[in-house]
Order: sequence, then structure tokens, then C-alpha cells
Amino acid sequence: MTTARNATLDLHAVMSVRARNRLALWDIRDGLRLWRLALTLGWLDIRLRYRGSMLGPLWLTISTGVMVASLGLLYSRLFHMDMRDYLPFLALSQVLWAFLATLVNDSCLTFTESEGVIRSVRMPFSVFSLRILIRNLLVLAHNIIVIVVVFAIYDRWPGWDAVLAVPGLAVWVADALALTMLLGGFCARFRDILPIVNSIMQIAFFLTPVIWKPEQLREMVYLLPFSPFYDLLEVVRGPLLGTPASAMTWLATLLYSGALCGVAWAFFLRARGRIAFWI
Amino acid sequence: MPRDARIEAADVAVYFPLYHGSSRSLKKMVVAAASGRLGKDQQQRIVVQALQDISFTLHSGDRLGLVGSNGAGKTTLLRVLAGIYEPVAGRVRVEGSLNALLDPSLGMNIDLTGRENIALRGLYNGLPRSALPQLERDVEQFAELSDFLDLPVRIYSAGMVVRLGFALATAIRPQILLMDEWFLAGDAAFMDKARHRLEEMVRGAEIMVLSTHQTEIIQTWCTRVLWLEKGRIVADGPPKTVLAQYLGRPAPVSPA
Repeated sequence: MTTARNATLDLHAVMSVRARNRLALWDIRDGLRLWRLALTLGWLDIRLRYRGSMLGPLWLTISTGVMVASLGLLYSRLFHMDMRDYLPFLALSQVLWAFLATLVNDSCLTFTESEGVIRSVRMPFSVFSLRILIRNLLVLAHNIIVIVVVFAIYDRWPGWDAVLAVPGLAVWVADALALTMLLGGFCARFRDILPIVNSIMQIAFFLTPVIWKPEQLREMVYLLPFSPFYDLLEVVRGPLLGTPASAMTWLATLLYSGALCGVAWAFFLRARGRIAFWI
Repeated sequence: MPRDARIEAADVAVYFPLYHGSSRSLKKMVVAAASGRLGKDQQQRIVVQALQDISFTLHSGDRLGLVGSNGAGKTTLLRVLAGIYEPVAGRVRVEGSLNALLDPSLGMNIDLTGRENIALRGLYNGLPRSALPQLERDVEQFAELSDFLDLPVRIYSAGMVVRLGFALATAIRPQILLMDEWFLAGDAAFMDKARHRLEEMVRGAEIMVLSTHQTEIIQTWCTRVLWLEKGRIVADGPPKTVLAQYLGRPAPVSPA
């Protein structure tokens, strides 16, 4: 006989900040305990998207590869740049940016896409955050193949500097979880946030050196660290190109990320008990 | 052995804000805030008082039946006890393992096979991997899907989906069982078997809370009845008295 998990539920309408903090921390803890569920849901999201297709999720790799190749051909000509120099940069930038942009857009749906589950069983909300993160990490893993292939063709291995991308990735994970909590809740309450976020990410793509190189800004380059998009992209991209991010970039990244996590936590403390009513 | 199950609700209230049209819009909120109308706007926001002043305590052995017309707050109360809706006023404390049978197709994915859905449900319930074969055997035996278990749920007949959903939901035995009325519906042949399994589950649970319109079921299963109307408790007591009031006539004698 299968028995249910033992638990105690103690919910008060009027709670101190400490009690709110405790419930929010428990939510994270319980969500992490359900990591196998989050992993399965994230993987199913991808597997079922390509259900019935022969190549399955490999389509992710192929479409990214075709995109990078065609953009590379076009822009190396437009910008008068050497393919050997430009294509590795573009492949890496494009794949990393696609991860960030999709993650931000997906964050908006964190809770609304799991409406059915949230309304029929008590589930830590962080499970849905992990699901979004894992889904996007899996897509990234498929696209890394494109980067590896391009790096191999042009023999542009970054060397040991690449290890410095690891702390950058750690910041990404923390920011991703914060974003899913913040945007997930906010978009459940206000339905017009989603299109706003989508258009912001569209504009950010053009304003961030993804397909163009930072040095093309010439004397304006000092402005770049003010853009959180540039900072976040650079802490992972820089080391992989063999040019680790500057101290200035790191400082800005940590400031922006700290602010994001702080706001997200404050929001989650207040919103956690209300999300079920919003969706 | 875990400690005794217990449910305590004190002055619980739940309001549903009705977010429709403009209150969902960020622009309207910002404009209202900027022109100092936010407070007024919030007061004018339409809220449904789904539950108000709900207080009761249940101990091990209690079987509570919820009655009331449609929209009286029965399902909302079940959701509050399940921890899905947190109270807007008052407090609720639930001690013991819990299984809420609220949605027949909870977390079921029609693109997955029956077997994959069983595994997924195990994950939703946080079961260790070692508990999975047991769960699978149990569901397989009850749902009688034979070879269909390895085919996608998408191609199942409606009856097969119900059988799988029912088998999954009732495979996990809790100390506290919360049940919504849909669980008592189904075709006759299946119902016999389903009822047998449900009765077994109810016997195994320390506390049951059941929402239904079928007064015979309340008479056979429940030891206490809560009559809700417009989110408030109208009457609370033994089935005979409350049902007599509820139906406006003496309750029919139970066939069992």
C-alpha cells in the first residue's frame, strides 16, 4: 500500500515577516526536495514539443546551427569581418542570448502554465521555477553542440579561461530562479506584463552586443556596463572567448543580480499565498 | 507510527478577488495610483466572499460531510484544508498526511503512456523511487487497462481515462482524505468496483471530509455534517439532525 507523505500545515491569515520568510524558505526547500519532478517536467516539456518527429530535440541543435551559419555569412559581409574571428563570437553569443531571452519570456508563464496543478494540490511554487530553469538549461545543452562545432572548425578553444564562466553560470541560475518567482507571480496578477516583457527582450537583443561586437561602439563602449543585459551576457561569454569579464562588468552584474534577487524575494514573501487566487 | 491526525479551522475567511477586464491591467492600476484613486479602486473591487467565519475541529475518527447548494463554498473549503488557498482571515491547522481528491486528471499528461503517468504521479507525490513498482502494480490491477497501459492516454476512451485517473488518485493512502463529489460519479459497472475501493480508503483514513449532494452517502459514511450556504456555516451536527434541516424533512432511512 502506498501512503502519503506526513506533513503539518499551519496557515494564518495574519503573519509576521518572520513567518512569511519561514513559509517562503520552506517553499524553496520543499521544491528542491522535488527536484526529480522538476527535472522530469522540464524534460517532458521538450520531449513532447518534438513528439513524433524523427530527430526529436535534435531539431533545436539543427535550427540554431542553420541560424548561426546564415547570420554569420550575412553579417561578416555587412560588418566586413573575418569569418574565423566573427563566427565563433556569433555562435556563442547567439546561443547564450537565446537562453537568456527565452528564460525571461518563459518566466512570465511560470505559474499560469501550471494552473491546473496549482489549483488541485498544494505544491511548492519553486518546483515550477525549477521546471522553467531546467527546461531552458536542456535547450542550452542541445545548442552547445553548435558552439563546439564552430569552435572546432576554426580552432578557437578558449583554454583555461573558460573555467571563469562557471561563477557566471552560477549567477545566471540564481537570477533565473528570482525572475521566475517575480515575473511568474507578476504576470499571473497583471496579464499585460507578458507582452511588455516580450517587447523589452526584443529591443534588448538589438541594443546588446549579440550579433555586433562591443568594440564596434568605439568611444561609446564605456556605456555598455550600465546595461544589465550586457553584463550578464559578458560574465559567461567573455571567459569562453578567452577574454574574461572586467572587474567593472562583474561589479555591475553582482549589483544588478543582488537587486533582482532582493526584489524577487520581497515580492514572493507577499505573493506566495495569493498566487493560487491569481491564476 | 505517525501521530494522530487533526484539523482545526478558526474563523477562516476566503475572498475571491474577481480579476476581470480592467483590474487585470497594469496600466489602469498605475493610472489609478498616480491620480490617488488606488484606495478607492481597491474598495470598489468586486470580491466574492467564498468563505466566512468557518470554525470547526476534527479529530481522528471524524467523518465530515459538507452539504449546501452549488456555490456554497464546499469545494473552496476543501481547497483551504488542502492548503491550496490560504485563508484571508483566521487560521487553519492540518496535522497528518493528506490526499485531496479534487481533480480527476491531476497532473495527467495525455501525450504520455499510462505507465509514464503513473511514474509522474509518483513524482508529484514525492514518493521515493522504491515505492514506484508498488504504485504501478496497484494502479495496473485496478484500472484494468492491460495493453493500453503502454499506449498514450490520448487514444484512451473516456471511460479508460476515468479508470486511470481514479486508480491513480486512490492509490495513495492518507491519514486525512478530502474528497470532492465528482469522485462519486461514474458508470454503474465501474462504480461498484470504485465504491469498494473508495470505502476501503475511507476506512483506512483517520479523518475524511467529503463534499456531496448525495445525502445517502453522507448517511452511510459521515459522523458529522456541515451545512454551508453563501460561504457561512448554517448548521453543524450529527447527520440526522442537520440533514433533516437541510432537506426540510426527515432524512430517508439509509438502505445499508
